[in-house]
Amino acid sequence: MIEMTRRVGLEGSFAVAEAVRMANADVIAAYPITPQTHIVERLAEMIADGELDAEFICVESEHSAMSACVGASAAGARVFTCSAGQGLELMHEVLYIPSSMRLPVVAVAANRALSAPLSIWCDHSDAMSIRDIGWIQMFAENNQQAFDLTVCAFRVAESVLFPAMVHIDGFFLSHVIEDIELPDDDAVRDFIPDYEHPFVLDPDKPVSMGCFAPPFIYAETKKAQEVAFEHTKSELMSVWDDFGRTFGRHYSPVEPYKMEDARIALLTMGSYSETAMLAVDEMQEEGVDVGLLRLRLWRPFPFAELRDAVKNVELVVVLDRAVSFGMGGPVCSEVRAALYQMENKPHVIGFIGGLGGRDIPIAGFKYMVKRAQERVKDKKEEMEETELFGVRE
Amino acid sequence: MAEGKEKEKGKEGDLFIPRLVTTDEYFASGHRACMGCGEALAVRLVCKALGKNVIIVIATGCMEVVSSQLPWTSWRVPWIHTIFENVGAVVSGIESAYKARIRKGRIAPKDVKFVGFAGDGGTSDIGLQALSGAMERGHDFLYVCFDNEAYMNTGIQRSSATPYGAWTTTAPVGEKQPLGQMTWKKNMPEIAVAHRIPYVATACPSYPLDLMDKVRRGVDIEGPAYIHVLSPCPTGWRTPPNLTIEVGRLAVETGVFPLYEVIDGEYRLSLELPELKPVREYTKKQGRFRHLSDDAIERIQARVEADYARLKSKAGL
Repeated sequence: MIEMTRRVGLEGSFAVAEAVRMANADVIAAYPITPQTHIVERLAEMIADGELDAEFICVESEHSAMSACVGASAAGARVFTCSAGQGLELMHEVLYIPSSMRLPVVAVAANRALSAPLSIWCDHSDAMSIRDIGWIQMFAENNQQAFDLTVCAFRVAESVLFPAMVHIDGFFLSHVIEDIELPDDDAVRDFIPDYEHPFVLDPDKPVSMGCFAPPFIYAETKKAQEVAFEHTKSELMSVWDDFGRTFGRHYSPVEPYKMEDARIALLTMGSYSETAMLAVDEMQEEGVDVGLLRLRLWRPFPFAELRDAVKNVELVVVLDRAVSFGMGGPVCSEVRAALYQMENKPHVIGFIGGLGGRDIPIAGFKYMVKRAQERVKDKKEEMEETELFGVRE
Repeated sequence: MAEGKEKEKGKEGDLFIPRLVTTDEYFASGHRACMGCGEALAVRLVCKALGKNVIIVIATGCMEVVSSQLPWTSWRVPWIHTIFENVGAVVSGIESAYKARIRKGRIAPKDVKFVGFAGDGGTSDIGLQALSGAMERGHDFLYVCFDNEAYMNTGIQRSSATPYGAWTTTAPVGEKQPLGQMTWKKNMPEIAVAHRIPYVATACPSYPLDLMDKVRRGVDIEGPAYIHVLSPCPTGWRTPPNLTIEVGRLAVETGVFPLYEVIDGEYRLSLELPELKPVREYTKKQGRFRHLSDDAIERIQARVEADYARLKSKAGL
């Protein structure tokens, strides 16, 4: 355990910037978009003040932000970018490149709803739109985790040579000041060792990157990518283990809260997990057998860990913060798919809420648990319909 | 000119020219470019001028597809392709990575040149924004646009660099629209000049030494440099492959594609042309212009003359 820590009040954006500074990033390329802007503003300040020695590329779009990160990473630099909502969508095409070309770009997304109508507020639509791209995706629920997971993202990305994204909820974390524990710079630098990419762009050792693949070889490249990507989960878990040993805070792909003896599991990702915890506290006092599962790791999806976490549960109540139109909630449908192979699988009832920054109070989670139980009792759980929570009709 | 004299001149060239040009090849043979491809020739010459201490970023397009089919590569220098429209941004990232890593002592100082390659579509259409950003930010790089005046790789579709009156598959010649391309070619070198970058030039592989000189100047100058290379395309221009060099020369000699440099804002014509050849001499060699009426050719002629006069006045002539 490291003794040299400081307790400071930091908003989530600044906590991320601290992690990037301590990681000693070489190149940062980013484009402003609410609610991510405080991260890049803080990083620009750090560079201007000489606290961080990095090249800051003020690109003209998010598409170019990710493209510049790809170039810098291919040239061996430790790189960072951040975005949100529409920005992540504009990056979309380029996001496939670091995951297919094994470039350990680290990014933070301050999750934001997608147009139209325009909304700068939080939901997970942007995160869901990139779930099939081959990035490691982790969700933070508070500012301490925003810091910790960003530190871990550098370490894991560089050890597996895949890009990693940390999702922090826009405004809920990016703009909220919380008391967090900042470790000593040296401790973080020791935790993230210098790395050398095995195939950098270097005239002394020429390589061709990003070649073109006809049908006879494309599928093999994708198989190689999938096999390697699957391996990222165990590597991330060992990084988290080491982080826990070093800094005293422990992470895992599916984190239970008061799940002992719980018959019902609420399942959340991101900042609403903390509201859900309060709801679980109250419900347990009221005699409801409910606990909480927080999905920390979204990609690669933690199938085994999730099945293990619900093996004694009769009902899983999933909160999604995005709509997959014509399909329901994306997290719920994946949870259902993951549990399908279980012999005694629990019922899974999904709700969609918190769209475009809409609040979900404690009472909201209580309602969802109650309503889900009713639906199971009425045998309506087979209905594919997902209830949108708190919508005026 | 008597036949004998011409032969003798050619012999002189055989003796002298090879001494000016390295025999090293960085863009290896065996690639899949079409017969007579002006772009492949231009790439080869540009690479000779760049030498081996270079990192090349290339856009999706003909040159990427013909040179990099897995598991082979024609590139003897470090080379990266990602997507179509982001060459300016990728090269910015590479240049910044080298700057930071050298400054932080992560790698030993080395003189590496950062170069972007793209076609006319990848430059004046879809890649314009990323290129503009990179030029505005002042990265130290050379960008070479190989302009074959349409989306040749996807099958001869029009781009904003396709000249007025040219047939393409998306600007076809029809009864209602007998002209083909109905818009004038976007002046990409002038867009680069408007960024106030230190070096802008036009070139053509029909003038190989001029092309290579410009590449050396562009890459040696600190800051962004832009070279626009007209690259005749037998497939898309509907010309016989053995006329590539001649067609390129005619583009220059008619004033359709003048060769010039803009160094720190100062214009300099690369070739003295006391008189321009008629545009018709250029258009008549190419199937893509075969439908043009006399009226249309006159409109092109007038435009070429006006543009050339404007260019000369910028050069103080």
